[in-house]
Amino acid sequence: MKNTIAARIADFLKNFPPFDLLQKEQLYTLASEVKVIYVEKGRSIFKAGEEQHQYFYVVNKGAVSVLKPENGIFETIDKCDEGDIFGLRPLFAKENYLLETLADEESILYGIPIDIFKPIAENHPKVREFLLQSFASNTRNPYASGDKGKLLTSITPATGTQNLFELQPAPITRKVVTVSPATTIQKAAQKMRSRMVGSLVVVEDNIPVGIVTDENFRDLVANGMSLEAVPVSEIMSSPVICYSKGITISQAQLTMMKHGIDHICITEDGTPNTRVTGILSAHNIMLSEGNNPSILMKAIQRSNSTNELKKIRNKITLLLRGYLESNIPLNLISKIIFELNDATIKRIIERCIKKMPAPPPTDFAWLSLGSQGRKEQLLQTDQDNAIIFADVAAQDHAATKAYFLELAKKVNKRLSIIGYEYCPVNTMAKNEQWCKSLSEWKEQVAQWITSAGSDELLLSSIFFDFDISYGNVQVSNALSDHIFELSRNNKRFTSALAEATLRNPPPLGFFRQFVVEHDGENKDSFDIKKRAITPLTDAGRLLILSHEVKNLSNTSERFDKLAQLEPSNRELYLACSFASKALLKFRTKQGIRERNNGRFIKLGQLSKEEKMKLKRCFRSLKEVQDLIKVRFEVKAYV
Amino acid sequence: MFNLFKKERPNYPEFWKAYEAKFQEELPALVSQTTFVVLDTETTGFDYRKDRILSIGAVKLQANELNVSETFEHYLQQEKFNPEAVKIHGILKEEKAECLSEEAALRAFLKYIENAVLVAHHANFDINMINSALKRMELPKLKNQVLDTGYLYRKTLLNSNLINKEKKYTLDEIAEAFIIDVKDRHTAIGDAFITAIAFLKILGKLDKNKEMKLKELLKL
Repeated sequence: MKNTIAARIADFLKNFPPFDLLQKEQLYTLASEVKVIYVEKGRSIFKAGEEQHQYFYVVNKGAVSVLKPENGIFETIDKCDEGDIFGLRPLFAKENYLLETLADEESILYGIPIDIFKPIAENHPKVREFLLQSFASNTRNPYASGDKGKLLTSITPATGTQNLFELQPAPITRKVVTVSPATTIQKAAQKMRSRMVGSLVVVEDNIPVGIVTDENFRDLVANGMSLEAVPVSEIMSSPVICYSKGITISQAQLTMMKHGIDHICITEDGTPNTRVTGILSAHNIMLSEGNNPSILMKAIQRSNSTNELKKIRNKITLLLRGYLESNIPLNLISKIIFELNDATIKRIIERCIKKMPAPPPTDFAWLSLGSQGRKEQLLQTDQDNAIIFADVAAQDHAATKAYFLELAKKVNKRLSIIGYEYCPVNTMAKNEQWCKSLSEWKEQVAQWITSAGSDELLLSSIFFDFDISYGNVQVSNALSDHIFELSRNNKRFTSALAEATLRNPPPLGFFRQFVVEHDGENKDSFDIKKRAITPLTDAGRLLILSHEVKNLSNTSERFDKLAQLEPSNRELYLACSFASKALLKFRTKQGIRERNNGRFIKLGQLSKEEKMKLKRCFRSLKEVQDLIKVRFEVKAYV
Repeated sequence: MFNLFKKERPNYPEFWKAYEAKFQEELPALVSQTTFVVLDTETTGFDYRKDRILSIGAVKLQANELNVSETFEHYLQQEKFNPEAVKIHGILKEEKAECLSEEAALRAFLKYIENAVLVAHHANFDINMINSALKRMELPKLKNQVLDTGYLYRKTLLNSNLINKEKKYTLDEIAEAFIIDVKDRHTAIGDAFITAIAFLKILGKLDKNKEMKLKELLKL
């Protein structure tokens, strides 16, 4: 009896080492005994200390993180995706698992029985060699060009270390150009020009007292100081931020960001009281290619496969984690992550257009709705998007629509592959309800705004929170202007929005206790999105619309603007702006910790301080809801 | 005396008795402990009476795992032949796959499924097809519990007035939604495998904490 499934699995395996070395029959025999395993996101496949399984694993679909337990904290040391092997070494070494594995996303694994694989491997010199090499170098695929066995994308050269780029030592320039504090500015400038450097370290007995960069010279000219006689000590920045030579790239980047500087001085013991041994510039870090946003940006723009983009996404998540741990201000984080997400979406659309048989038949706009549209998306959540295409002649309409639906199908699929799951209510451009011509959209929105049900009415509100990710801005502006006109002075619309805003009171009970979910899988936790983030977002949108402010979609920026517009409520609005950032940070941290979308917060895991912080946010939310109740005369909700 | 109205039980063959005996055992309480058999049939057409099964493919799932060595893949000898059906699944009458008689195939199938919960996409059709074949062998209907992935998939979608609750989803649409490869589509075993992966993903959504009772799943 033939086994079609085994043949199919053999077909998959033959593309990856060491299975590519096996003969067809051998591979088929092996594949006939494979176990196909489905793993949900966040489940572990084996834990450290667990006894060895009868199988080792190959990732067929999805991604698996390999973690190393270090003093109770897990460090990701490897990520496996399609075709990667894990959990083999302990089976050969006959020891328990030392590492932990965790499904980063929903995954399908092939369990390969060791009993069958081992004799094949031991009698096959090439397979043996492959395994020996990969165990020795501790990477998965010794033949790969450096993009395997490490978390780096293919843009980084293999360095043979297991470390993340972020954690590698920063590239220090040893030859430091130094001057004494008494050196005149002109002399210093000449020295910089002749040595072709952008900075000088000012030293006394080789101890750094200040640093002079191009910027200082610009300030000097701007301040109109005379140039010759002034010593360099007048314009230098001091004290100098110093580190010792082990500084990692991420430490350096974060330090620079925190202090708003581009140079860090390297001294013998890392304090400004010892000799200068080197200098570290932001420019050099950038050149050394790593998880720096601008490098990631370049990598995104140059990427040529969805898998590559997926790996870059993983790096973006690491970057995000680093930023959060170092308490970089959230607006800054949001902006950086938004830009990277945006570039990713753009790149995917760009590539999908190339894959289409013909260029787009007319102008169109790809809209990102929801959190990405509000520039508040830090974790990967479900995708929400839509297409507007310019009107075409009636006889071409069907073909044009078919073109954009086909394009959207490709884009949605690739977004899903890199981790933006399909929207559960199908708000996606590949759904023909969300892919329409401009006049169709105008009609649709008019119908929503004037229709009886408030649910439809709410649908139109998403068009106040969109961001155009790709295409022609004029197309999307035409629609938002139209909606604006429709909703202007439209009491029904604003009161329905207000009503919806008040639908979710903050999760604090009468005695200022947290209100938690009583049943279901999220028992004893509260839904931070539904109970706090969404109502605050709704409130911000409603209030900013009532002031007829356009094209401002970020919630905290909306509240900042409101604080300017209504000085009498300034305090409250600023508190809301702060709350929206705090809640988002909270959710993001939770999501990174729990490896999910961070929606459900377990009450038991909150520290006292966190509870206080959350309650402060809820208080602001409650106050702004009270204000809305009065201003928009909403009675229904008590 | 009192069994005037009791129908005489026909004397069924041994293999059927063995199959029936399996149902003395209780099914496990939890979904995560249950054995599921995901199946698909290819047929000559859609008429339960006239049309015949060309092939049966099935895979066994237990606790999110599927053993490739335990797949069921059989082609049936045909006396009927519908040239229209060939276009879809390309099983030619002349093709020399090892074919079993209908009876031998169903015997093997009953032995394979035991009392597992059966899963299929638009399950009604496949189950009816198999029951018609059993009827020709003068046997009663299948006794297993049955789940339909077409129905279950709809249960994973959010309740929203934007979703058409009545929509029938094809296997292709579900495979697209879950990004499942559709190699070997329109072979019984290929479709059974695709359905199995879809079923696992559906369970992943419905039974997040692995605490779902089998009863709940059957009642959805």
